[in-house]
Amino acid sequence: MRAAFPAPVLTLAVMALFLWCAAAAAFEVEEERLFPAPDGGGREVSILSTTDTSVLGPVVEAYQRRHPGIAVRYTVASSQEVFAAIADEGRSFDLVISSAMDLQMKLANDGLARAHRSARTDAVPPWARWQDNLYAFAQENVVLLISRKALGPLPLPQTRRDLIELLRENTALFRGRVGTYDPALSGAGYLFATQDSRQSDSFWRLAEVMGSLAPRFYTATNEMIDDIKTGKLVLAYNILGSYAGPRLAGDPDVAIVELQDYTLTLLRTAIIPATSKAPDLGGEFLDFLLGPEGKAAIRDEAGLPLIDAAALAAHPYLRPMRLDPGLLVFLDRLKRRDFLDEWNSALMRN
Amino acid sequence: MKRTAVSLQLRLVFQLLAIAALLAVVLYLTVRTVADQAAEATQDGVLGAATLAISERLQGGDDGVSVDLPYEAFSILGSISADRVFYRIDAGAATLTGYDDLPLPEVADIALRPVFYTRDYRGAEVRIAAVSRTVLVARRPVAVTVLVAQTRQGKEAIAQGVAQRAAALGLGFFALAALLSLLAAKSSLRPINRLAEAVERRGPQDLRFVDHPTPVELRPLISALNGFIARLRAGLSRTETFIAEAAHHIRTPLAVVRARAEIAMRQSPSEEAREEIRALIRAVEESSRTAGQLLAHATVVNRSDQLIEEPVDLTRLMRDLVATFQPTAELRDIALRLDLPEGEVTVRGDRPLLEAALRNLLDNAVKYSPEETLIEFQLTCADGHAEVIVADRGRGLSGQGQAQLAKRFVRGTNAGDVIGSGLGLTIVDEVATAHGGTFTLADREGGGTCARLSLPLS
Repeated sequence: MRAAFPAPVLTLAVMALFLWCAAAAAFEVEEERLFPAPDGGGREVSILSTTDTSVLGPVVEAYQRRHPGIAVRYTVASSQEVFAAIADEGRSFDLVISSAMDLQMKLANDGLARAHRSARTDAVPPWARWQDNLYAFAQENVVLLISRKALGPLPLPQTRRDLIELLRENTALFRGRVGTYDPALSGAGYLFATQDSRQSDSFWRLAEVMGSLAPRFYTATNEMIDDIKTGKLVLAYNILGSYAGPRLAGDPDVAIVELQDYTLTLLRTAIIPATSKAPDLGGEFLDFLLGPEGKAAIRDEAGLPLIDAAALAAHPYLRPMRLDPGLLVFLDRLKRRDFLDEWNSALMRN
Repeated sequence: MKRTAVSLQLRLVFQLLAIAALLAVVLYLTVRTVADQAAEATQDGVLGAATLAISERLQGGDDGVSVDLPYEAFSILGSISADRVFYRIDAGAATLTGYDDLPLPEVADIALRPVFYTRDYRGAEVRIAAVSRTVLVARRPVAVTVLVAQTRQGKEAIAQGVAQRAAALGLGFFALAALLSLLAAKSSLRPINRLAEAVERRGPQDLRFVDHPTPVELRPLISALNGFIARLRAGLSRTETFIAEAAHHIRTPLAVVRARAEIAMRQSPSEEAREEIRALIRAVEESSRTAGQLLAHATVVNRSDQLIEEPVDLTRLMRDLVATFQPTAELRDIALRLDLPEGEVTVRGDRPLLEAALRNLLDNAVKYSPEETLIEFQLTCADGHAEVIVADRGRGLSGQGQAQLAKRFVRGTNAGDVIGSGLGLTIVDEVATAHGGTFTLADREGGGTCARLSLPLS
């Protein structure tokens, strides 16, 4: 067979063009940091993550104490950008860590994750994993933040019903000082809002009440925490407790409330993408996260709660989001459009 | 190359094992197939339900088709197995939402019930359920197709688990069948083995009919065997009768020849002629003896088949015999010493046979003893046996074994000019055997032979 342009060559050319285009339309990186190998080894593991370097950096350093020959390139992006980097741009990373369970699930479901099994992954409980692709290493509650100072003598709400009542009866206090994620822009916010809408009808009533109070919309948890500390916000709804806890420790002015009707629990998950060039290193890092040293670093240095079935059993109001194909439903184009339409009509009334 | 027949038991076991193996394989395949179908039916059921649940959420309107994907339908798909899920919703010719490259069904009419088919999609085999609904968009009907697909790893895992169990079941079944077939082969061959043992246990002279409880299948063999035994018996009996007749018919003319020859010798004047006639008489005597012994042997064989048992007093028998042989012995200056215990010594047996045996022993001793010697004829009792000993100073055995001498028509190499048939010791041996006794022959210290006939006491 002697053709001028054999099919494989043509395919390669097309792929190269595609990759170039993809590289040109690069996903938005928030932060990138290289942790050089402590003993100057030649290999590098690249991690794409939604978790800030300030949080997971100590865990990376703990990993390098165990594996000093390996450099770690730690890239931080928003959950939607992380998804786009793998699913749309086909970028190569050896491990993807994200709090957006739905997007991680979609990567795994669409065959963009590489299976990984080891003694460590086998020890992960079934509810904290999906197939051999997706493994959770932290479970974080989605909480409500309230400024005690602003609330004064008013009681802390224990349920969404309490919260709705509180907002309705104190509109002057809360107007313009209620904050939550913008689900259209934040992957985590969209996940929390959609899961909320599944849990109970009170969510839409709450949304309408918040909508009447000229709420502020955010894309990052930290900004909301900043604003509640400065008093710009009185109430922040759907905040990751794992971020709020360390930053508000010792601050008596802000209460962290786990609502008793239900409190969502998020699983922070990791996958090895199919595009990985060093899947063995990705697997090694994943095994480290699931092993005793990694767990200690996650709990003590990153301050993230570990996967713990006992904690769920002890607090029956905790509702861990299930790692199953149901997560794909709200990622559906039509479903997303319809949900955001409804959200906007509830919250963007003025 | 002669084909050796394989053991019945082996053959039976192999055949039963082959059947068991075949059945085990059939069992394995059946269980696998059924489990496969059941697993597929389960998956189809859930997929179909999900497809229908989505199709029920389809809504028309002026803007187009909308669908509110039910969360639980997808969640339930994941509850059976952690399989990857894909879906596609087409309105008219355009894909409304989902994975727009998911393969569509080949059949057109899928309006009422979901259809199921299997395709390769995104590097894995997927099971797809498809159903179609008509929705009004701006008052015009639009055909909407809903596809829900799931990879088959869970189903494969179930099928594999069942297959492993089925394989274990098949192996267990086979092992059990092997054990049972061994037992069955052993038990069904037991009558044959028992019969074989019964026939094998028989003595060489035992020509009784086989009268053993046997299964129906072996009866033809038994009756054939018995027929064979009957023919053998008849043949033997005919032979013995023929020999006896022949011997009798030869003896009578020989007696006449001998009488005439003696007369002729007496009347002959020539010493040379007399010498010739004497040789003739000796030859005639030898023939006559042989004929006599043949007759005796035939009698022994014939009688030992149906032994008439009666008490026989050996002391009396021996006294009578000594009286008979005394004249012949005295003629050659041979002394006969009879040594008997006190009282009667009784054995159970056939009197004529016992007499023939003892006569032969004594006759041999007298014949082969030189002149002026002593023959000891002794009877002792010990350990429930009576032992008759005949000891002479004759020519001994000249190194030939007893076994050799007891054969028919075999005479000692040192018999020389003594007249004999070579049947005497054969008769003694057969009589001893027929009475459950023994006969031994040995060289005697200082020359001569010692014959011992041992018989059980009654």
